Amino acid sequence: MTAHDPTLPPRPNSAPIGYAYDEYDRAFVRERVAEFRGQVERRLAGALTEDEFRPFRLMNGLYLQLHAYMLRVAIPYGTLTSRQMRQLAHIADTWDKGYGHFTTRQNLQFNWPRLVDVPDILEALADVDMHAIQTSGNCIRNVTADHFAGVAADEIEDPRPTAEFLRQWSSAHAEFSFLPRKFKIAVTGAEHDRAAVKVHDIGLRVVKNAAGDIGYEVIVGGGLGRTPFIGKLLREFLPRAELLAYLEAILRVYNRFGRRDNKYKARIKILVHETGLDELRAQVEAEFAAMDRAPFAYDSEEFARVAAFFGTAPYDELPERSEAFEKAKADDAAFAAFAAVNVAPHRASGYAIVTVSLKPIGGIPGDATAAQMRALADAADAYGFGELRVSHEQNIILPHVRKDDLHALWRDLDAVGLATANAGLISDIISCPGLDYCALATARSIPIAQAISKRFADLERQRRIGQLGVKISGCINACGHHHVGAIGILGLEKKGVESYQVTLGGDPTLDASIGELIGPGVSAEEVPDVIENLVEFYLAERCEGERFIDTVRRLGHKRFKESARREGEDGSGI
Amino acid sequence: MAALRHPQIVIASDLAQGDVVVLGAAGWERDHLRAKIAYDGEAAAALKAAADAEVAANRVVDAYLVDVAIAADGAPTPLHFREQFRFAGPSVRPDLGKQAERREGDGR
Ligand code: HEM
Ligand code: SF4
Repeated sequence: MTAHDPTLPPRPNSAPIGYAYDEYDRAFVRERVAEFRGQVERRLAGALTEDEFRPFRLMNGLYLQLHAYMLRVAIPYGTLTSRQMRQLAHIADTWDKGYGHFTTRQNLQFNWPRLVDVPDILEALADVDMHAIQTSGNCIRNVTADHFAGVAADEIEDPRPTAEFLRQWSSAHAEFSFLPRKFKIAVTGAEHDRAAVKVHDIGLRVVKNAAGDIGYEVIVGGGLGRTPFIGKLLREFLPRAELLAYLEAILRVYNRFGRRDNKYKARIKILVHETGLDELRAQVEAEFAAMDRAPFAYDSEEFARVAAFFGTAPYDELPERSEAFEKAKADDAAFAAFAAVNVAPHRASGYAIVTVSLKPIGGIPGDATAAQMRALADAADAYGFGELRVSHEQNIILPHVRKDDLHALWRDLDAVGLATANAGLISDIISCPGLDYCALATARSIPIAQAISKRFADLERQRRIGQLGVKISGCINACGHHHVGAIGILGLEKKGVESYQVTLGGDPTLDASIGELIGPGVSAEEVPDVIENLVEFYLAERCEGERFIDTVRRLGHKRFKESARREGEDGSGI
Repeated sequence: MAALRHPQIVIASDLAQGDVVVLGAAGWERDHLRAKIAYDGEAAAALKAAADAEVAANRVVDAYLVDVAIAADGAPTPLHFREQFRFAGPSVRPDLGKQAERREGDGR
């Protein structure tokens, strides 16, 4: 955590792992809270102007939004203990309005904190080894990872020890605390990419080379926002021992050459685009060759020590097939539907991974009440070694549930409105807060998500439609990932009213693609019709086993575009 | 007097609380019905100058002029939907924000 805090001895590779902070980390976080408390006091007393104070508050994850301040709390690599979840619920009840918003970057946002209370909130976070540091500003942000880390059946290695090393390296890294722009890193250790590594500034994939050694594929320059780019392959195989030094080299090159004249052109994606991948690679390799790599030397023992904290949970030895589970599915159709959609295979025999959808039909994507947070913490304690995950799809994961317990868990979840069986389906919508909260928004996004969700409320129909990612942003900044939605929706303002552009064919996975516009903007009321037309066209045209995105790719954009227009012949502008 | 295309009021965020306030005759008000309304350029400039002084005095943040329409009962309503939402609260949570307080308060 404090590897680069100048007041402490350098400890480049020593990681305090996940949330088991050591005394250095505790002291560091407490110091930061005390420091911010002082800054808030001086601000309230008028000793600091807003221009002076803004950088301080942003460094501590505090924004000013349309109705109130907003505090963004980091959930490193999306892993959370039940105790931490309960503390988030406590904060929501005590200082906020009884709920929180889980975001696509594995953060939690509180929408109503008062400035005067923020130091106390940060103190409460520190009590459970959490903080809001580097969740804003032009620094290396919360490092995200596959939410199935450590339990996915298709995993080469748990990405979290790597993410933790990066967290260590990037936290309070003095040289990189004023980058040209924000910098986001995601890590996956599995075949299937659930971390959207190709749309991050740096995406890392754990890979094995021919000799069987573990290393990383390094992808650089991905990003969404106003100019979306798919990340490009910088290094096919980076030995683990060189990871920190190599990333240091990339960041140095970016820090030196990244544009600072125009914030819309300041992300590394623009540097990669303007410099060219080969030239940038040469610059990175030159820096890597010339730099003093000693401070970033790899300590395999330290890595092993860190990895041990993410080691295997104390699983029982169970048969792969659970009779109780099979019987419950046979007896209870609603549970069977949940099991088919929200339950994923686990690497340990007799266990499963459960996705708890924060997308009830007609609800606000990613929002959870304090009562729901507590219920999730209780469920994690009762059925899953007290561990939870936050996914970039804005859902919660219970990573280790015995198949024997699935039915009981489902009933508990259902009791608090958390059993919606729609993971990955059309109503599992990613949506940013949009103009309901966000000061940068040009239009609302949540009501659009709600309208689509209600239009497709029938879960049976959703299952027939199958996997389909709808993603909505309330402005060009693209926090709702609309560029990589199979159906993407971007809210804009046109002639004084909210207007929505629909894109088609985006994909956040390793086959990453950016969606293309299907036509001029439509009104909020028209959006569900447009989506329905697209979906009906897909259902009519799809081949056996094709997902929506597959059919879009096979038939091409143009045919779909025509289908979306169908209802618009009367000139209604679709 | 320089005419305004629309009457204007000043809106800002309270420094300590972060909620939306408007500049009224006697200082900052939570209720936008109490906003002081400028009908001409000079009055708007004076309002903005008063607000800027308040920003400088560290009582509010991000103060700006907003075009409004005046209803028959004298209530100012922002012309742009962004500020309409700021006066109401999240449209998806009618139980929160000013709209909720208003309902609790006087049934308006
Ligand atoms: C409500 C306050 C928020 C503000 C002020 C904000 C601001 C921004 C801005 C300015 C960008 C564009 C950055 C650039 O291209 O240089 C951006 C991108 C992004 N934000 Fe947000 N955001 C907010 C909320 C969120 C939320 C709620 C999420 C998750 C649901 C989120 C996730 C992202 C993601 C994934 C991107 C695009 C990826 C990228 O950085 O290229 N943000 N945000
Ligand atoms: S996409 Fe725009 S509206 Fe949505 S959260 Fe990001 S900045 Fe706000």
